[in-house]
Amino acid sequence: MTGYAARVTDAIDPYLIPALDGVAYGLLLFVAASGLVLCFGVANILNLAHGTLYAVGAYTVAALADGGWASLLLALAVGVVAGAGAGGLLAGLLAPVARRDHLTQALLTFGVALAGGALLVAAFGPDSLPVRIPAALEGTVEVAGHRYAAYRLGFIGVAMVIAVLLALAVTRTRAGMLVRAAVDDPEMVASLGVNPARIRIGVLCTAGALAGAAGVLGAPIIGPAPTTADTVLLLSLVVVVLGGLGSVRGTLLAALAVGEIQTLGVALAPTVAPFLLFAAMAAVLAVRARGLPGRGLRLRWGGTT
Amino acid sequence: MTGTLRRRLIQVIVVGVLAVAVAVPWLTDPYTTSLLARTLVLGLVGVSVALLTGVAGLPTLGQTGPYAAGAYAGALVGLHVSSVGVVQVLTGAAAGALFAALTVPLVVYARGVVVLMITLAIGELTVTAASRWRSVTGGTDGLAGMPAIRPVWGMGVLDSDQARYLYTLVVVSVVVAIVLMVLRSPAGLLLRASRDDEARMRASGHPVTGYLAAAFVAGGAVAGVAGSLLVTAQQYLSPADFGFDISALLLLGVVIGGATSIGGAIAGTALVIAVRDWVSGQLPGHAPLVLGGLFVLTAYLFPRGVAGSAADVAALFRSRARTRSRPGDPGPDRPSGSGPARTDPARTRSEVPG
Repeated sequence: MTGYAARVTDAIDPYLIPALDGVAYGLLLFVAASGLVLCFGVANILNLAHGTLYAVGAYTVAALADGGWASLLLALAVGVVAGAGAGGLLAGLLAPVARRDHLTQALLTFGVALAGGALLVAAFGPDSLPVRIPAALEGTVEVAGHRYAAYRLGFIGVAMVIAVLLALAVTRTRAGMLVRAAVDDPEMVASLGVNPARIRIGVLCTAGALAGAAGVLGAPIIGPAPTTADTVLLLSLVVVVLGGLGSVRGTLLAALAVGEIQTLGVALAPTVAPFLLFAAMAAVLAVRARGLPGRGLRLRWGGTT
Repeated sequence: MTGTLRRRLIQVIVVGVLAVAVAVPWLTDPYTTSLLARTLVLGLVGVSVALLTGVAGLPTLGQTGPYAAGAYAGALVGLHVSSVGVVQVLTGAAAGALFAALTVPLVVYARGVVVLMITLAIGELTVTAASRWRSVTGGTDGLAGMPAIRPVWGMGVLDSDQARYLYTLVVVSVVVAIVLMVLRSPAGLLLRASRDDEARMRASGHPVTGYLAAAFVAGGAVAGVAGSLLVTAQQYLSPADFGFDISALLLLGVVIGGATSIGGAIAGTALVIAVRDWVSGQLPGHAPLVLGGLFVLTAYLFPRGVAGSAADVAALFRSRARTRSRPGDPGPDRPSGSGPARTDPARTRSEVPG
């Protein structure tokens, strides 16, 4: 019996570290993607500049962090404020076209993404930048007999806190209630005396702050480079679609699944890894026979129908 | 009277544009000619985007998916099976249609911005798969060394930029003509009616989902043909040809062209590609910044595209003239199956494709 258990442990052992990496990667994607879900679910905007907001956070930490705790916290504060500010700017740019169709708005956000990406490259150069983290996090810790990067373990903890806070904010606070109400019936919310423009601005600022925080904290995992914005946007988008477009729990599960596919999947099945994301999409489809929910979008913790 | 005049004018413009397009190889250098061939290819993808975005009402950022499928299928046929152009074009069309048929269940139940998100995810996953599936696609190194094609059996090999351009022009013209004919048929009417008032169409017993699925597969076939033409025009393939920026540029071109107009889609795409190439020549390194500004400006200035705005002005004049003569007449240019209250201006316009 113990021999069998040991064999099982031996079989799992080489995949433990990729699996843990997958959790870190997945939680990073969740923090990034949750901003996209908010934008899309509440304001009905496909924010193609979302990846650029992440890149703003990542470049902030690369520029500010010098290896100390204070500078990391400063970078986090600056990154969150910069992300929220960029989100507010985006809301301002979108205000004149708020009543037009989603195509116009998507084009506008893509223009902002292109121009923002070009400005970031002009400011920080075309190379990927190194990120210096506090010395205490630079080492490794012992996890089930393996050395594992301390920063990633710390990141898993912080991201879990963010995920829980976000879920509580959406389900338990007045702001979260307003946001859910605005998703369900914007006209009714407006007629009850809440300015929809203020909800839009608040949501875009929050989404920007989430992307900025993800960029600062996730820079050692997906670092600042000219391709960062595209990578983050694509992966967040896949997460949002797989997660059922609006469900917070679905988004979390999808983010973890995509994280595992990108790490454990590559370690387990390198030949089919490129198609695993497609396979995941097909699996989601098989579960939901009528495809993804297109019309009845609901922002909530649980199901989506 | 004015209708006949307008039709004449359009005929003259189309013939003129075609004449210039045929004469281009003798008017410019080979490099410009090959650039134009690639622009034509992207214009054809733009046609498939307009077909879905404007006519069917499914705004797409993912036509690079079937485009890539058609391109790689065409290239593989060219490398291993046949150098005959017709075979490659038909393979590309089949591959694009197959790709669209496989992804259609993801798209066809959704509407609006959800379609944008799903199609974008599909397109990006395709590029990722193409860059990692090295044994078939050559990965990020790309595929090269496809032998020169002969358009049909027995014809000579196309070995100059001019010849490849003219071949591309012929195939694009034929496909666009087919698309226009289909859109003028009852099939096009059903599609536009489904876009304008889906609930009413469903109530009348029309399988709207089936129509949209058919349009999506047809759009995939058109994009697949464009993919196989890209192999001919560019003689090299890499995942960069199918990136997110290409999808966005295509959508911008189609919106500038008025979203519902097939001719506008080609013109708009050509304009956007020309601006991109010109800007990257004039201001090397600053093209993204200028293009980004162009996107924002387009969103502010032409919410429904240049062609759409022009049609608005024309419709305004027409409706004024009509109000003076016969008040209360809804006019022949409204689709008869449309509901009374429609709020989205981009989706309320009836149009003749072309």
